[in-house]
Amino acid sequence: MDSQAYASATDTLPAEHGHPPFLRHHFESVSQQREAANFGMWVFLLTEVMFFGGMFCAYLIFRNWYHPAFVAGSNTLDITLGTTNTAVLIASSFTMAMSVYAAEIRRRGMLMFFLACTIVLGFVFLGIKGVEYHQKFVDHHVPGPSFSIEEFVHPSNPKALALTPDMAEKTQLYFSLYFLMTGMHALHMIIGISLLFFLLWRAYQGAYTEGHVMPIENFGLYWHFVDIIWIFLFPLLYLISRYR
Amino acid sequence: MSSTIISLPDQTTARLPRKSYLNQEYGLKSWLLTGDHKRIAILYLISITFFFIIGGILAGLIRMELLTPAADLMATDTYNKVFSMHGIIMIFLFLVPSVPATIGNFLIPLMVGARDLAFPKINLLSWYLYVIGGIFILAAMVLGGVDTGWTFTTPLSTHYLNTHVVTAAMGIFIAGFASIFTGLNFIVTVHRMRCPGMTWFRLPLFVWGHYATSIIMILGTPVLAITLVLVAMERLFDIGVFDPTKGGDPLLFQHLFWFYSHPAVYIMILPGMAVISEVISTFSRKRVFGYTAVAFSSVAIAVFGFLVWEHHMFIMGVSQYSALVFSLLTMLVAVPSAIKIFNWAMTMYQGSITFETPMLYAFGFFGLFTIGGLTGVFLATMGMDIHLTETYFVVAHFHFVMVGGMLMAYLAGIHFWWPKMTGRMYPEAISKLAAVVTFIGFIVTFFPQFLLGYLGMPRRYAAYPADFQVLNVFSTAGASILGIGYLLPLFYLPWSLIYGKIAGDNPWQATGLEWQIQSPPLTENFVEIPIMDHEAYDYEWLANKTQHEVQTVG
Amino acid sequence: MDLHNETVEHNRAEHAGEMHIVRPPVYLGIFFALLVLTALTTGMSYVDLGVFNAVIALAIACFKASLVVLFFMHIHYSSRLLKMTVGAGLFTFMLLISLTMTDYISRAWGRF
Repeated sequence: MDSQAYASATDTLPAEHGHPPFLRHHFESVSQQREAANFGMWVFLLTEVMFFGGMFCAYLIFRNWYHPAFVAGSNTLDITLGTTNTAVLIASSFTMAMSVYAAEIRRRGMLMFFLACTIVLGFVFLGIKGVEYHQKFVDHHVPGPSFSIEEFVHPSNPKALALTPDMAEKTQLYFSLYFLMTGMHALHMIIGISLLFFLLWRAYQGAYTEGHVMPIENFGLYWHFVDIIWIFLFPLLYLISRYR
Repeated sequence: MSSTIISLPDQTTARLPRKSYLNQEYGLKSWLLTGDHKRIAILYLISITFFFIIGGILAGLIRMELLTPAADLMATDTYNKVFSMHGIIMIFLFLVPSVPATIGNFLIPLMVGARDLAFPKINLLSWYLYVIGGIFILAAMVLGGVDTGWTFTTPLSTHYLNTHVVTAAMGIFIAGFASIFTGLNFIVTVHRMRCPGMTWFRLPLFVWGHYATSIIMILGTPVLAITLVLVAMERLFDIGVFDPTKGGDPLLFQHLFWFYSHPAVYIMILPGMAVISEVISTFSRKRVFGYTAVAFSSVAIAVFGFLVWEHHMFIMGVSQYSALVFSLLTMLVAVPSAIKIFNWAMTMYQGSITFETPMLYAFGFFGLFTIGGLTGVFLATMGMDIHLTETYFVVAHFHFVMVGGMLMAYLAGIHFWWPKMTGRMYPEAISKLAAVVTFIGFIVTFFPQFLLGYLGMPRRYAAYPADFQVLNVFSTAGASILGIGYLLPLFYLPWSLIYGKIAGDNPWQATGLEWQIQSPPLTENFVEIPIMDHEAYDYEWLANKTQHEVQTVG
Repeated sequence: MDLHNETVEHNRAEHAGEMHIVRPPVYLGIFFALLVLTALTTGMSYVDLGVFNAVIALAIACFKASLVVLFFMHIHYSSRLLKMTVGAGLFTFMLLISLTMTDYISRAWGRF
């Protein structure tokens, strides 16, 4: 069949049968489509690594330069809330992993349950983060005109080390990075939760339990990646020399 | 030796194919919502041409201002805005997407034997992001401009300027994601969509070049994105990361910015090299000499490109020990580039060379890129760099590589694949004239700038000592010639859409898979997914195939 | 056409590992391991180990991240291509950090 005959044939012939509806026309097989999507997601995560990489680089430099300020800043964070949040996020990663499993064994109810759990845990994380942010505003620890170094020069806790005013100024840099990194992480969470609502709705329609696991799988990769970022943020921001 | 290899069908009977990607569907909507990589390539082609014209007009303004020693055509801060916008538009909206998003987008699926890129919707999204980014940058220009230079140097950009830095940075951020998505699509397509028999070492070198480019796009661009976010945060919320008065470090900005922006010059040149490999092979009728070496040199350039960024910062107060390391690493990049040049030269050696327009542009690329590349080695040497950096020597160097190299290669590619994209030939005589005029105009424009820089004329100033005027007049005169060289294709290429000769499937007798299908191609590219059973650039295979067809048909 | 089908089949076989379904006990095990490691890293930060506090905190974080990548994200069961992709990301990140650090570490060493 030459190309012109083919071109006119596609006008009249119905779409080829025997393919699942989610197989896009330019892929040869379902497995090719799935591998391409999976690999594409990983390549996207590479860009995310480098995106956060720039901030980690800045963090590393300033932490080495202004270590005392970073210790003092870190010690003002609430360790209980931080640790709880880490656990919450790990739990949400676990429920997300279970969602992938549910989609793979084609259980719609189970899939919806775990997706919903992930959404709830995501909101819990953001809620706790909100409480922490609020506390920073109350303490005047948000970089900007209202930033106060009072707490670091004359600590209310007698055991804490007092910083010189010069070094105490540098805590602002710590909090800048804190808000930047956790804020960027929270932004990723918000995007993730929005996507989760969409996935939940499509899962309700049964879209992912007929063999088309790929969207759930790929979203899972994204969600776990956001979890990994937090796994690093937690010790870097919360756990600097806690023993002081 | 015949003077040409063009073999067109009999013009009295030849017709364009009745069905092709161009007339599969009609209407604006069918273009704006298309998933077809070929249509998206055309969309990109139109939009980057638009931005090229704007950037070109700004370049013309710069050269006009520099005709006289005094700052008389425009105020000095207008001049700052003009060269900044010229740089931003040309780099982020023209050079970075030029070959990959147009020719690459069009050809990579055809070359690997796939029906489309792996993610057509993401490909379309990439174009929309590009357009939105472009609108932001245009908005920044119209609302009052940006005068930071294209490098957004801190703390100038964060604390001392009151122009639309954030808007422009947003535009670049968004356009950056367009290039990330293009790169992502290419990588997945090359890995996962190759047709049966298409092994890695049967891929055309065009695909290798784009694969290497894509690596830089996906690994480098996000670093630029976060850097621009930090600049915006610094301006909006005063976070202090780049502000020395708060303990921040402006050099950190330079590190992060050049971590992308140096590899970015390889985003700009590698696709150009990819085009040249195809053109040289076709018009020498020989397999590219040292195929493997050329293929790996592309990847080597991509990897080495990440190891050299600090050479932009030698005079900025970085550690001298570190500068020493980077100086050495920078010279390493010359090695894979030289491998390419030598292999292309060897490809032409004893080949049946013909001088069609793409080949003329490729010759232009050779000369200009070699000069541009070698002066890059001067700049990598720390002692020379201290003398030459921030002078017109640097300006001339990167224009030789980017304009002389990349733009020549881009035009070579556009002419080479024009028959495939449109089904029609461009007019041969006038296009050869354009290629020659471009080359002459380029040399006259930028060669004097090497001398100016060596004599010490700094870049980015509207006024200069009267001693420098002669060379500047040369440069401006050359720019006028160069402008004509670029205007010609803008007229004759659209003209050829209607009046050009019918090209037929394979006017160049080239071997790539894309030449074995009709031109312009079908929306589905291939009637049946091809099976690759020969090496790339196998002209014997093509000759046998043609002979076989003649026998069966005749 | 035969060659065609063969290659497609071959590709499928080559990457069959990707279709591996990870069972819930594995996920549960990793989940608890991550929780224990979180508790451990928080606890360790209250012990004064000098410079090793940071080292241990980062080591634990890296270990946790590897667990997530290998099992939650299925890299343990994936093709070599995906393993290399992860490696490429780490490699480039390390390039960014280490080459930037060449400047910051030696800036105070003074002039030649």
